[in-house]
Amino acid sequence: MKKKLVLVGNGMAGVNCIEQLLKLAPNRYDITIFGSEPHPNYNRILLSSVLAGDADMKDIVINERSWYAENGIALHTSHTVTGIDPVKKTVTTDKGLSTEYDELIIATGSNAFMLPVPGADKEGVIAFRDIKDCETMMDAAKQYKKAVVIGGGLLGLEAARGLLNLNMDVTVVHKHPFLMERQLDQTASILLRKELEGQGMRFLMSKNTEQILGKKRVGAIRFSDGTSEEADLVVMAIGIRPNIALARSTGITINQGIVVNDFMETNIPHIHAVGECAEHNGVAYGLVAPLYEQGAVIAKRLSGVETDGYHGSIVSTKLKVSGVDVFSAGVYADRPDTRSVRVQDDFAGIYKKAVIQDGKVIGAVLFGDIGDGSRLFKMIRTGEDVTGREREVLLPASGAPAKSGADLVAEMPDDEVVCGCNGVTKGAIVSAIKEKGCSSIGEIKACTKASASCGGCKPLVGDVLTYVLGADGVKTVKEGMCGCTTLGRDEVVEAIRDMHLTTSKEVMNVLGWTNEEGCSKCRPALNYYLGMAWPDEHEDERESRFVNERNHANIQKDGTYSVVPRMYGGVTTPEDLKKIADIALKYNVPLVKMTGGQRIDLLGVKKEDLPGMWADLDMPSGYAYGKTLRTVKTCVGETFCRFGTQDAMGMGIKLEKKFERLSAPAKVKMAVSGCPRNCAEATIKDFGVVAIDGGWELYVGGNGGTKLRGCDLLTKVKTEDEVIEWSGAYVQYYRETGKYNERTSEWVERVGLDTIKAALEKKEDRLALMERIEHALSLTKDPWKEIIEKRELNETFVPMIEETPASAG
Amino acid sequence: MTMTMKRIHIGNVGDIAEKRARVVRIGELEIAIFKMTGGELKAIENRCPHKGGKLSEGIVCDHHVFCPLHDWKISLRDGLAQAPDEGCVTTFPIEIDAASGELWLSLPEESTIAS
Repeated sequence: MKKKLVLVGNGMAGVNCIEQLLKLAPNRYDITIFGSEPHPNYNRILLSSVLAGDADMKDIVINERSWYAENGIALHTSHTVTGIDPVKKTVTTDKGLSTEYDELIIATGSNAFMLPVPGADKEGVIAFRDIKDCETMMDAAKQYKKAVVIGGGLLGLEAARGLLNLNMDVTVVHKHPFLMERQLDQTASILLRKELEGQGMRFLMSKNTEQILGKKRVGAIRFSDGTSEEADLVVMAIGIRPNIALARSTGITINQGIVVNDFMETNIPHIHAVGECAEHNGVAYGLVAPLYEQGAVIAKRLSGVETDGYHGSIVSTKLKVSGVDVFSAGVYADRPDTRSVRVQDDFAGIYKKAVIQDGKVIGAVLFGDIGDGSRLFKMIRTGEDVTGREREVLLPASGAPAKSGADLVAEMPDDEVVCGCNGVTKGAIVSAIKEKGCSSIGEIKACTKASASCGGCKPLVGDVLTYVLGADGVKTVKEGMCGCTTLGRDEVVEAIRDMHLTTSKEVMNVLGWTNEEGCSKCRPALNYYLGMAWPDEHEDERESRFVNERNHANIQKDGTYSVVPRMYGGVTTPEDLKKIADIALKYNVPLVKMTGGQRIDLLGVKKEDLPGMWADLDMPSGYAYGKTLRTVKTCVGETFCRFGTQDAMGMGIKLEKKFERLSAPAKVKMAVSGCPRNCAEATIKDFGVVAIDGGWELYVGGNGGTKLRGCDLLTKVKTEDEVIEWSGAYVQYYRETGKYNERTSEWVERVGLDTIKAALEKKEDRLALMERIEHALSLTKDPWKEIIEKRELNETFVPMIEETPASAG
Repeated sequence: MTMTMKRIHIGNVGDIAEKRARVVRIGELEIAIFKMTGGELKAIENRCPHKGGKLSEGIVCDHHVFCPLHDWKISLRDGLAQAPDEGCVTTFPIEIDAASGELWLSLPEESTIAS
């Protein structure tokens, strides 16, 4: 007869413990799980991603109902266990169900702490704890505008970011003068606040909530200083309290949480506790990694595997708010007995601090760049002695090669957790590589779930791969262009040129594509390479173009489009502005906005209205949607500016007219500044021109978007004609050697600035490149005109038929 | 309850290019009519199960379409989202008159909005 194991609480900690137990002793117990929520086990940490719109509810389910069935587990959702009889060894639920146990695990987690102020029970006042709270917030966002989050900690800020994404006005109220004061020092906290204010959050600091006002629903909050704040929705995210009601009624010893020993046992035999409800050595943890370590101890004990028990955890936290990288671990505040290494770069928005005591790193705070997080966390956990080389903790030693990620992985014990979200250890990843043949991060993700949730551990998973498979050709993972081929960009382009392939179909046939018609990754890429290699012979494959380049407008999330007419060099006229205004009125354009590239965006246009609007505008397409030259941003230059040394506007207009409509591996942005003050921000563009007295400096490979990168100086020239010659040669060299979708910033780093300089150095080489780009340019046509003029093109913009309810009846 | 079907004429096979789609709107319902390589036609609801992306604007590869918003891969044969994603799009029967190339779409009566 199998023993009976009952788990009270169907959350991450408890179910993970069962998963670990099943691995060690698959058939030892008859398992029953009770959960109060109606859902199977889901990843509570990712609720903030659901709220932020980055994940769906179904994306965050960890164990589907089928998993319980496959493992013979009886799952009772929507059952709250209300009583334990430790003598008869039974548990009873609120629905009257009673079950016997031989071993019992309590994993009741925690409850959100609600401020006990008058009015806290009003409609629209909620916590941020479960799927139901998430749904309430999403519903509220549809009807209401003003949200107040009480609590400026990790959870509160994640909730606030989610509400911003739902288009609510969000104010965060915090009783402390600094945000995330339990994880960050004041410097990092101030940087964080600035960043979040930039994203649109408002903050009310050092405020104590006294009362929640309103009739049935919340209307405002009043603070102890007499001020108040309007609110249609109040989210309390001030902390959690271990859920100990059940344990207390059973007579189990409790303090803050359920008191457990090193083996996670309570004072009553055969009753264990794990997770946020448990208190070990005076600490109740609210983060996921320690919970997995605790679960592992119970799993070992229940399966008869030896363990020396649980000895507490050092925890690290990361804020999951897009655009803000924050990491904190261990002791983060300075104390009289500690000294710190600090790096602060206001230009790059980076702050790093490592707190050192007696030659050991005992804590760290990182802001803006958290790449050192796992390395520092490891130093904290291992207590490595860094005496005499404290500086190198944050700054690489000059000369000495820094330890590689793979070296650090080699030193990790097998049971160290690599993926904190899913509790995947280094050992589990190593065996997936060795036994199941995983050879890429993607395969490891599919096999073990490592990096499947927040993705923060991806670099570390990559290091484990390098550690096992070796970096020097033992087995390097070959990444093809896409899943249809193992060939990379260079091999494919070489084949296109050598074998004179002129259609995608030929390429896929000849090179043995595994999917006959390719996929959404390779089809547009091949179409580009073919057009670049054979501009005359290759016929553009409209069906292989991404929607924006096929419809010559930018698709928005609701299926409408945006229209951006060309405005050369950002210079316009009253007549053109009037025309744009009239057309915006005529077509009821819901939003008119200035773009970052100095032109006007008409947003929210229905697809069927596009050809009509283009015809009425009678202006060239601004190509604000394509992998091509977008804009050439300019300052006024010497025309008006007292500092200007050259005609920046004229130069910009010339460049834009020269290179518009040209296809490229990725979008290309340019700018021209009339003096070194560089008001057009030319040094973060794909190609930037900065006027100096008597000439121009040419900059390449900059990016102000996804990954900030300042330009490299390519060369200095004297005349406008030379600017055109160098820019043309540079863009053509990029067209011929860049990977599809690779911006110049990535391309410059991949091929190297010296290679580019060498390719453009000789005048005859530049002229040859220039000749090829001129030819490609001579074949381009304005796409809007083309669609207006060709019936077979413009009719695809309207439905085949449209029946309104009236005509259908 | 029996589902009565309504047949509607929506155009000619020549109106749609290969590996492309056109849209048919019936009241609130939007249907994408795809023409695959070789001329076979498929009709599915023009709404990705993920975030409602317009599938008619996706890239068609064999009998699949990739949603333009987040690249979900949907089978045009049965409307199923391909792993690792999960979901399903409604499919509709479509007929071609062999002689004239005229296209007829069958819709359940209730979705054509009772009047």
